[in-house]
Amino acid sequence: MSTTTMTLSHTRMQRLPGQTAIIYLKEAKYEFLKNLRLRMYSASVLSFPIMFYVLFGLVLNSKEAINGTHVPTYLIATNGTFGVMGASLFGTAAGLASDRGLGWLEVKRASPMPPFAYFAAKVITSMIFSAVIVVALFTLGIALGGVRMPVLDFAKLLAVLVAGSLPFSAMGLALGYFTGPNSAPATINLIYLPMSFCSGLWVPFMFLPKFVRQIALVLPPYHLSQLALGIVGAGRHESAATHWEVLLAFTMICLGVARLGFQRDQEKMYG
Amino acid sequence: MIATLEQPQWVNATNSGLIVASLDGVNKNYGSVQALRGVNFRVRAGEVVALLGPNGAGKTTAVKLLLGLSQPSAGRVRVFGGDPTNPENRMRTGAMLQVGRVPETLRVREHIDLFSTYYPKPMAFAEVLAAAGLEKLRDRKFGDLSGGQKQRVLFALAICGDPDLLFLDEPTVGLDVEARRMLWDEIRKMVARGKTVLLTTHYLQEADALADRVAVINQGEIVAEGTPSEIKAKTAGKRIRCITSLAINTLRQIPGVTEAKEDREAVELHAIEAEPVVRELLARDAQLCGLEVTSAGLEEAFLALTRDTGGEPNRPN
Repeated sequence: MSTTTMTLSHTRMQRLPGQTAIIYLKEAKYEFLKNLRLRMYSASVLSFPIMFYVLFGLVLNSKEAINGTHVPTYLIATNGTFGVMGASLFGTAAGLASDRGLGWLEVKRASPMPPFAYFAAKVITSMIFSAVIVVALFTLGIALGGVRMPVLDFAKLLAVLVAGSLPFSAMGLALGYFTGPNSAPATINLIYLPMSFCSGLWVPFMFLPKFVRQIALVLPPYHLSQLALGIVGAGRHESAATHWEVLLAFTMICLGVARLGFQRDQEKMYG
Repeated sequence: MIATLEQPQWVNATNSGLIVASLDGVNKNYGSVQALRGVNFRVRAGEVVALLGPNGAGKTTAVKLLLGLSQPSAGRVRVFGGDPTNPENRMRTGAMLQVGRVPETLRVREHIDLFSTYYPKPMAFAEVLAAAGLEKLRDRKFGDLSGGQKQRVLFALAICGDPDLLFLDEPTVGLDVEARRMLWDEIRKMVARGKTVLLTTHYLQEADALADRVAVINQGEIVAEGTPSEIKAKTAGKRIRCITSLAINTLRQIPGVTEAKEDREAVELHAIEAEPVVRELLARDAQLCGLEVTSAGLEEAFLALTRDTGGEPNRPN
């Protein structure tokens, strides 16, 4: 045995099992705090879906119904989807593109941080913000829009929408790997605003022009919103399994693209 | 001595002179650019090594290779006898890199808390704050700090894991004199604790102030290596300017002249030592006038060193 090996074992370093869990927790905690204090993120991501909901669901159409579903209830599902999408895309892509482009990710990578903790923190933070948006919409709807539904349905709707954060977080990671620190927010808007419109998140699906409705069928927000609308009895009665499958496939594709970006980054450095 | 007694685990590492980090025959290409060419470089336990060179010389590339952030195009990189990407090695390594942007909404103490968690045996929080001079800034958000204060936070993140090996990439770049001296003191304290330090700098003065050993790097090659005083002696080049009737080719052949060029009506020569060259000039040209001798800048010193190695000129083929 060489002396080098002896010295290595002499000062051998190992984490205690609980320590890794603590890293994941703290990484998520500080990612959350970072975004919460970043007004560009927290204010815009929360205010747009809430503003749209107040305007179109509470001020303008609160007595109307869409296909027999009370508008304030209907719009919780669609604005919820819109909010979840924004929180998840901006929560992952913008931060990743900036960390990657401006050197912070290298500092993290040079440290003994488990790489997965970094990504997990971004996804968890996006899910927390998604939940906050959905709960805010519920609260407004119940207090001011006369929204009434069984508690179990509230829980289901919340669970579906928060789970719906995952495909968009995956999409955000992919975008974060293929956009620069300055171009990321614009690129996100360029993708997510048209996608929201075409998926029927602003104008109810049946009022969209026919060709837009056909585009919607391949858009993930359409499928998430249909799952959410299904819970409040306003879905288009397509198979829920199909919606889940589309979202799952989309998530896998995005993770695959993100992985390519991750490897490309390594290789760019690997020369 | 006291520090050593309090830290018995360092005794072994400090005295053994073991190689803790090395580059062996390393080439690194970025596309057609050769950032490093045939670099052999070693860092021994307990020493402070400075990698000195102008901007773009390959210093940061060398550090990134040693941190496992990038892979060599050829050659071998070893840290603690293993692969630098090995997580166990990373737990014994701290790094201060040049960063464009650090999350600005987190407070100083939060940044330190998070990075400390990554390491199995971190320094006590108060100790980190004291070592980096951040006691009064602990509750400030990173975005509200001055340039020098930000550097100190990055330094704190590098040392908070109590690593055996510390990489500092241009730790004092952009700092004013006072802030620079303060950081030097902090680095010296780490050295007193028995840490091994590799720092990069383009200030000869900084290498002189901190390092046991200096490796001068230029255009991807190590052109000189030695103690700071050896390097200083070698880089103490002189620039000689005069008006003379001697032909430029003749001037180039004067012993000691490393470079000669025409500059308007005068000629400019570079030499390691001025006196023998001036003596020769005056002997050959009695009409010589307008003689000026000045210290060469570091850039010229690097050029002189490059020529001095007797190898081929440093141009990518």
